[in-house]
Amino acid sequence: MDIKTENLSHIYMPGSPISHVALDNINLEIKNGSFVGLIGHTGSGKSTLIQHFNGLLKPTSGKVLLGGKDINESRETLKQLRFKVGLVFQYPEYQLFDETVEADIAYGPKNMELTEAEIKERVFEAINYVSLDEALLKKSPFELSGGQRRRAAIAGILALRPEVLILDEPTAGLDPKGRDDILSNISRLQKERGITVILVSHSMEDVAKVCESVIVMNKGTVAMQGSVRDVFRESETLKKLQLNVPQITQLVLKLRREGYNLPDDIYTTDKAFEEFLKLIKKSPNQKGSVG
Amino acid sequence: MIEINNLTFTYDTCREPALDGINLTIKEGEFVAVLGHNGSGKSTLAKHLNAILLPSGGTVYADGINTADIKRLAELRRLVGMVFQNPDNQIVASVVEEDVAFGPENLGMPSEKIRERVDYALKTVGMYEMRNMAPYNLSGGQKQRVAIAGIIAMQPRYIVFDEPTAMLDPKGRQEVMQAIKALNSEQGITTVIITHYMDEAAEAERIVVIDHGKVIIDDTPRMAFANVALLKKLGLDVPQVTELMFRLRGEGIALEYNKLTVDECAEELKKALKKQV
Repeated sequence: MDIKTENLSHIYMPGSPISHVALDNINLEIKNGSFVGLIGHTGSGKSTLIQHFNGLLKPTSGKVLLGGKDINESRETLKQLRFKVGLVFQYPEYQLFDETVEADIAYGPKNMELTEAEIKERVFEAINYVSLDEALLKKSPFELSGGQRRRAAIAGILALRPEVLILDEPTAGLDPKGRDDILSNISRLQKERGITVILVSHSMEDVAKVCESVIVMNKGTVAMQGSVRDVFRESETLKKLQLNVPQITQLVLKLRREGYNLPDDIYTTDKAFEEFLKLIKKSPNQKGSVG
Repeated sequence: MIEINNLTFTYDTCREPALDGINLTIKEGEFVAVLGHNGSGKSTLAKHLNAILLPSGGTVYADGINTADIKRLAELRRLVGMVFQNPDNQIVASVVEEDVAFGPENLGMPSEKIRERVDYALKTVGMYEMRNMAPYNLSGGQKQRVAIAGIIAMQPRYIVFDEPTAMLDPKGRQEVMQAIKALNSEQGITTVIITHYMDEAAEAERIVVIDHGKVIIDDTPRMAFANVALLKKLGLDVPQVTELMFRLRGEGIALEYNKLTVDECAEELKKALKKQV
């Protein structure tokens, strides 16, 4: 489902002395089936923006269109569209509340008034996507480890079979393996089901690893937008926006500045390994022109 | 000096011990990073350093104080401060400087003395200019620095940081890491930091890797991160540039393995690019 915003603005506490413009005339288009990274420093407007995508916040002015439909047109459209947009908040494990993991994951589908059999199918599908062991379904969420609770919480959203999945820092506080597991699970889901995924992250390494394109927010506006390659090659601009490029990209850009003939679109260790290997094996001294 | 002798700890709800025979000595002035996957026991270990948890077996001493000695608990807590992950859970007052004054006030100090300590603590973390602001108007990195100032105002010899940057954006992380490094190098405060960020751990003098409640690696970052395969097996990681060097070495390219920073790796790669024929 395409997401589009038209002149979207949001002002918190309008008309009061502490009124604050959180979104300032945003025009964005996110194509169906894309995998987008949303980055920006704290307070840049990322969270405010994503809460408009499933109608949790209403625009002060402007529109949010999902699949061409204005989601705030009527209560009915909002209700219909909300089930299609799954929003996973930061630290979603704090929102687990039911007696068992299974009941918790089934909560969404139950509210969609599905049959028992359908609910069961969705719960199993969801735990499969987050690699959560079936044996944990009968346990209380409080008996799970932090990483398992995180995955259970994400499964609760996946059980809605959203067409758009928005995750707000899904890997914060996880160890490297937990982080890689969740990212590869989301990647697989995105590919298999062709859904749209929006990943909000402070980790440029994560964004580089899984996303196709990037939206950079700053002061309530879209500061940059483009492919991962186009955005991460602007390391100086990102620095000014209080952001960064992946460490491996810093290394490559440094060598490029010194005249080494390396491509400017290296942002994962795998790609860097390939390119350095080529370069080292090719000739004794690759000092040459910068492309 | 903190001395941990054969420390074991088992949570009431678990059969497996969370800590299983830990022996560590942390010397005055050291900067130690503790790594381990979620559930490895590293936070449990940290909580033993100022008696939030007490050993099931073994002992923990901080400057000669046994953490299990209830009579010296107040003294111990002043000696060893702790900073947690979420700044919002650590701030109690509605004005920055009042928050920092909370600890010293509870010690019953005269107000001039409190003023002195609060100003000093806020200057140390670079938050003095914002002393009259409300914490809710601050960014995550600024709030975390206020939380750290609150600990500094107690003048501890040791500070334990439990994932102090996990909830911060890149700029906030940088600010907090700078403040922590300055505390160690300029104020001589012994620093223990628990982190999942390998680039932060690379800035320490010493890395301790915990797995299944045991110390697996205890070495300098250079030597610790040389164990790329072992760290990956333990569910950990190495800095991206270190991994790149490791993999290129695997292809028979002559590179020194113990390079940790972008600059060091760039120099090493330049050498390799010239040497190859």
